[in-house]
Amino acid sequence: MSIWVNAETRVLVQGITGREGQFHARQCIAYGTKVVAGVTPGKGGQYMDEVPVFNTVKEAVRETGANCSLIFVPPTFAADAILESIDAGLPLIVAITEGIPVLDMMRVKGALKSSSSRLIGPNCPGIITPGQAKVGIMPGHIHRPGNIGVVSRSGTLTYEVVHQLTLQGLGQSTCIGIGGDPINGTNFIDCLKAFQEDPETKGIVMVGEIGGSAEEEAAEFVKTFVTKPVVGFVAGLTAPPGRRMGHAGAIISGSSGTAQAKIAAMEAAGIAVVKNLGHLGELCKEIFSKAT
Amino acid sequence: MKIHEYQAKELFSKYGVTVPRGGVAFTAHEALEVAKTLGGYPVVLKAQIHAGGRGKGGGVKLAFSEEEVKQYASELIGMRLVTHQTGPEGKIVRKILVEEGLPIVQELYLGMLPDRRTGTIAIMASLAGGMDIEEVAAKEPEKIITVNVDPLLGLQPFHIRQFVYGLKLSSDIAKAFTTMITNLYRLFIDYDCSLVEINPLVITSDQRLIALDAKVNFDDNGLFRHKDILAYRDLDEEDPFEVEASKYNLNYIKMDGNIGNMVNGAGLAMATMDLIKLAGAEPANFLDVGGGASAEMVENGFRIILSDPNVKGVLINIFGGILRCDVLAQGIVEAAKKVEVKVPVVIRMEGTNVEKGREILQQSGLNLIVATDLNDAAQKIAAIAKS
Repeated sequence: MSIWVNAETRVLVQGITGREGQFHARQCIAYGTKVVAGVTPGKGGQYMDEVPVFNTVKEAVRETGANCSLIFVPPTFAADAILESIDAGLPLIVAITEGIPVLDMMRVKGALKSSSSRLIGPNCPGIITPGQAKVGIMPGHIHRPGNIGVVSRSGTLTYEVVHQLTLQGLGQSTCIGIGGDPINGTNFIDCLKAFQEDPETKGIVMVGEIGGSAEEEAAEFVKTFVTKPVVGFVAGLTAPPGRRMGHAGAIISGSSGTAQAKIAAMEAAGIAVVKNLGHLGELCKEIFSKAT
Repeated sequence: MKIHEYQAKELFSKYGVTVPRGGVAFTAHEALEVAKTLGGYPVVLKAQIHAGGRGKGGGVKLAFSEEEVKQYASELIGMRLVTHQTGPEGKIVRKILVEEGLPIVQELYLGMLPDRRTGTIAIMASLAGGMDIEEVAAKEPEKIITVNVDPLLGLQPFHIRQFVYGLKLSSDIAKAFTTMITNLYRLFIDYDCSLVEINPLVITSDQRLIALDAKVNFDDNGLFRHKDILAYRDLDEEDPFEVEASKYNLNYIKMDGNIGNMVNGAGLAMATMDLIKLAGAEPANFLDVGGGASAEMVENGFRIILSDPNVKGVLINIFGGILRCDVLAQGIVEAAKKVEVKVPVVIRMEGTNVEKGREILQQSGLNLIVATDLNDAAQKIAAIAKS
């Protein structure tokens, strides 16, 4: 078991003919992911290696039965690409693109509310169920199939965490990067809930960073609903202060947002928070070996 | 991106939002010229820097005569203004805004910004405007009315009524407030703003509603569609290292320590800085070379770190995903050949094409310390900091 993606997931890649899209579509295929279609407006009828390219998402879905979109479209057009996938009714949309304007994401968020699509990202590494499907840009070889669910706001920091888990012999059920942007599709709570309900997931690692209040809200959720052991990490204890926006930022976020506040909220919820990233793997081994 | 108050007020005027009459001045002489056009005293002199808290920091003066305008203007221009938002080093004042003094009967607060929790635009207003609004927010949050607007729906009359009745505005002021908030919302959407704030928004004795202050910030990701706003950028307000870095699309923030670091990804970069600190050293910067970094970007990042004279050692921590280790290694080798590297460099890399990357480093003939994992890297860099 796993959450959201598995060996049966049929992936279409939006922006498959671009440099990054092409490179990572090939990497996903090499990992064993079923990449069934590509979409690049104006390049319909062509092929990227063995993968047929279509002009529109709807056409690609109709012809190939794709049920998941992976987006590499540049930030200028990325929101439109996400909206196109929502409109085509894709259940899962993974947006890798970094630098999408906040207002564009607000419109996407509004469109998501009245749809049944789940968006992961943007500005994220994607989602992987080790040994089954890699829908993203993470290096596949550092993962191992197993029982630990990983959810993170970061990209490369997630790789570091996964790498340490694997070195300790702790495989992963599914790893999700939810993205570092202020407004994203799937949040910590969505992932924690799915991991809690997934019988194969025995323990959860949650990786946060400064800014916003997503970690504090997630901690509240863990306290009430999560019975599986959770290990946490928050990046940014030494981040420079004062990078804030006028009074309004302080008014709306209050004291939340600092690494200290997040760590305190997570510890109060019973999450084992690691302070030294270098020791995360060892601590996970200690905590999860009791549970798994 | 941040802009100055006088620039924000230019935008306000363009959108029909009433601001005090006045103009910007770069010298005491210019300040006097502006003051003379205002037709009476007092006039207000306001330091123009990219930070709030100017009033409390002594950056706002009230002048009752030509002599006072000259005196205060020459005091303000060139001064190092320290506020709770500038940090202890403060900021040099290079220009001032000279404005008419107004007979104020009430100070309100109005702010708009994206609310990340709900994915909407939060609009906040309060009758308790002025310098202590943050204290009000902390101690008496019920005095602030917040309305969330979904941009798909737009600002609706019912949104505005919540402010009008919540703040118990008189009918004249309510009318002016409705026009103002509608115009400000349009400005916010048109320009991809990340903040529009007026504190204080004042009611004058002749019952006019005027934006006494103006703060507008823009979403950097939206700037590609607002070329006109780029003309407002003031490089004097930015750290020269950061300006240099931004030319190469590098995300760099200067700090006070002596261990430079270059990392791919903001989260891992922050975690690496935390690690440097835990190992007993102090980070000299934050530098995220990003996911899609090229060898050239890595080279420029390396150059910027080494141009900081405080740097005693550099830790490079790369976990390859989008950025492949061989690309990184190539960048380091090219940079080290071009830039004179006089400090020790510890490199830790993992991920895509790591063997290829390590091979490039080893065959380069350069003196690079390769770390096996994070703990090893932290210990090696801490030893350098202590030596």
